[in-house]
Amino acid sequence: MTSTIAINESPWNLPDRGRVGIVCLIATELALFTIFVVAYLFYIGKSISGPMPSQVLELPIWPSICLLSSSITVTIAARALAFEKLSTFRIWTGLTVLLGLEFLRQTAMEWRHLIVDCHLTIATNLFGTTFYSLVGLHASHVVFGLSLLSLTLGLGGKMQGQARRFELLAWYWHFVDAVWVVVFMVVYVAGR
Amino acid sequence: MATINDILERPREAEGVPPPSKLHDWLVTVDHKRLGILYIATSLAFLAVAGLQAALMRAQLAFPNGKVLSPEVFNRLLTVHGTAMVFLVGMPFFAGMANYLVPLMIGARDMAFPRLNAFGYWIYLFGGLLLYFSYIAGEGLAGHGTAPDVGWFAYAPLTERAFSRGTSTDYWILSIVLSGIGSTASAINVIATVISMRCKRMTLGRMPLFVWLLLVVSGMVIFALPPLTAAQIMLLLDRYLGAHFFDTQAGGSAILWQHFFWIFGHPEVYILMLPGFACASEIIPVFSRKPMFGRAAMIGATIAIGLLGVSVWAHHMFSVGMAATSNIFFAVSTMLVGVPTGIKIFNWLATMYGGKIRFGTPMMFCVAFLFQFLIAGLTGIMLAVAPLNWQLTDSYFVVAHFHYVLFGALLFTLFGAIYYWFPKVTGRMLSERLGKWHFWLVLIGFHMTFDPLHFAGMLGMPRRIYTYAAGRGWEGVNLLASIGVIFQIAGVACLVWNIVRSARHGAQAGKDPWDAWTLEWSTSSPPPEYNFAVLPEVRSSRPLWDLKHPEDPDWKYE
Repeated sequence: MTSTIAINESPWNLPDRGRVGIVCLIATELALFTIFVVAYLFYIGKSISGPMPSQVLELPIWPSICLLSSSITVTIAARALAFEKLSTFRIWTGLTVLLGLEFLRQTAMEWRHLIVDCHLTIATNLFGTTFYSLVGLHASHVVFGLSLLSLTLGLGGKMQGQARRFELLAWYWHFVDAVWVVVFMVVYVAGR
Repeated sequence: MATINDILERPREAEGVPPPSKLHDWLVTVDHKRLGILYIATSLAFLAVAGLQAALMRAQLAFPNGKVLSPEVFNRLLTVHGTAMVFLVGMPFFAGMANYLVPLMIGARDMAFPRLNAFGYWIYLFGGLLLYFSYIAGEGLAGHGTAPDVGWFAYAPLTERAFSRGTSTDYWILSIVLSGIGSTASAINVIATVISMRCKRMTLGRMPLFVWLLLVVSGMVIFALPPLTAAQIMLLLDRYLGAHFFDTQAGGSAILWQHFFWIFGHPEVYILMLPGFACASEIIPVFSRKPMFGRAAMIGATIAIGLLGVSVWAHHMFSVGMAATSNIFFAVSTMLVGVPTGIKIFNWLATMYGGKIRFGTPMMFCVAFLFQFLIAGLTGIMLAVAPLNWQLTDSYFVVAHFHYVLFGALLFTLFGAIYYWFPKVTGRMLSERLGKWHFWLVLIGFHMTFDPLHFAGMLGMPRRIYTYAAGRGWEGVNLLASIGVIFQIAGVACLVWNIVRSARHGAQAGKDPWDAWTLEWSTSSPPPEYNFAVLPEVRSSRPLWDLKHPEDPDWKYE
């Protein structure tokens, strides 16, 4: 008899709705990226005119380091906020934003080089079409994540007690970084 | 006694500010019940418009060499009818049902993200209006017409700039992308609500089947809609930035769009159909006075349909000329879907078997649904046989098949759901007499229209044609099909009149007019804004049965 009472009195805990929501958002974004990746893989080597990936693409080592390390800095920022250390949180979030901006700057320089020096635009050939759309889709996600991260910086003291929400943003940022790993492997390793 | 409302109103009146109007309340609402009603009302309005568009097409096709519509107008009607029925009627109606019922059924006070919910509704509404705005936009009024005319699947490269000039295709793309965002938002909301907001002791195993099925549907939506969105982004890039995704002259593939579209398109069929199953799974047990037969098998079959549903898309493409191995794979996987669907049909039948069946209007629609869905499934298996598919594809046989699914099965459960839950939403019963008229008229009209079309297809009548010559043996079946539409319109008119009249003069429903077992019937009709004064706690999958029969509760056996 005591055991049934124990079962009835057991706490009723369900997963946090924000976490479920962000996992669903990431899942649906993942499906979106998958189609663009499939299109890229499908069209590798199908361009009927140049320039080809092997002629113009270079391994983006430095931007990759920037973006991937921003995953570490955002984790430190989230932990700092959880422990209510607001100034530490600001420093590490600021660093995350800077690393993200550097990544975008590098992407912009790469695109400038491709467009001006190599004469590769989205309308040049299938490589250009799939390259700019896949890398551009990822970059637009970086821009979106950076806007939200900058917003948390702008909110200043209002971030006090918002650790749970910032954690969800950090998950999104990890997702954007993980997609970059896939883009890197598909575009710059397999595609070359 | 001062209520919260009095306290909130007082300072406004003191300052001479009038209380917010009813319209304002509806515009800014984030209440799941109001948004549910908005979704349902909007989708029913689109249903009426898209249905009348279909009636115009049937008028054109009633006789050979019809002169009612020009070919251009016919193509636009065809496209907008299909697009609207799928994206502006089927999905949003059940988004509305999910919004209204899921929190009530799981004993919650609102959805997980109320504001996201409102966002989803408004973006759906404006996406839908954009599609119809295309009729009058641009050069529309000057006689050229800018409504899309590329079919609901808009096959690229035919939708590329070179072949589809002007902005009509762009209206199609943008309106679908927008309403797709709304559907995704609503699906994420349903999942988070079901996972995180269930009342005490409502384990997944005790959740009503309706909620279970909508959970699976929402899971399918978040994975199935992005391929369409991605393909539409690619098409926009092709059309506006000169990209070459679907441009065969630059080495692009002519069938890539078809793959992307049907990777979305076939799961979409189940996304549309499963909510119909969800309604039938609530109505049939209550009207048979028996618990659902094989609850666990029902849930398992639903998940199996969800998983199989994403591996069958290329059965829409047998005539493209794929490799033999692909044809065999997709034929077999398509036939496999028949297994879980069969399980469901037998479960519903076994629920009715030996039950004390009450033939109320909701139940009559569900029984008709069972028969019609069975026939739809059988013609589906015929079409899954690749060689037969080569013969029948792009003929009226296919039109008849999927209208059996979407009209004979989905729309019938939708009507049944309206009769079943209307008392909960308004507090008043719909008239059973008008309901019977509605049922029989629609049933006769449906069979008059869509049974003959199977034969039109087998006699070789291609789909999408705007007219046909006399002397091919198609005259009789087409005339019969068009006459059936008159019965359908009369039936739906009965429904409209029934809703208008009963909303004011219907009999009082009370909390629980059907003697049902799920939580939404435990609160007043219509439910208060907070749904439940005290959040319920459940011990079985039929909490109201436990409450009404304390001497023989379900939880003893579950």
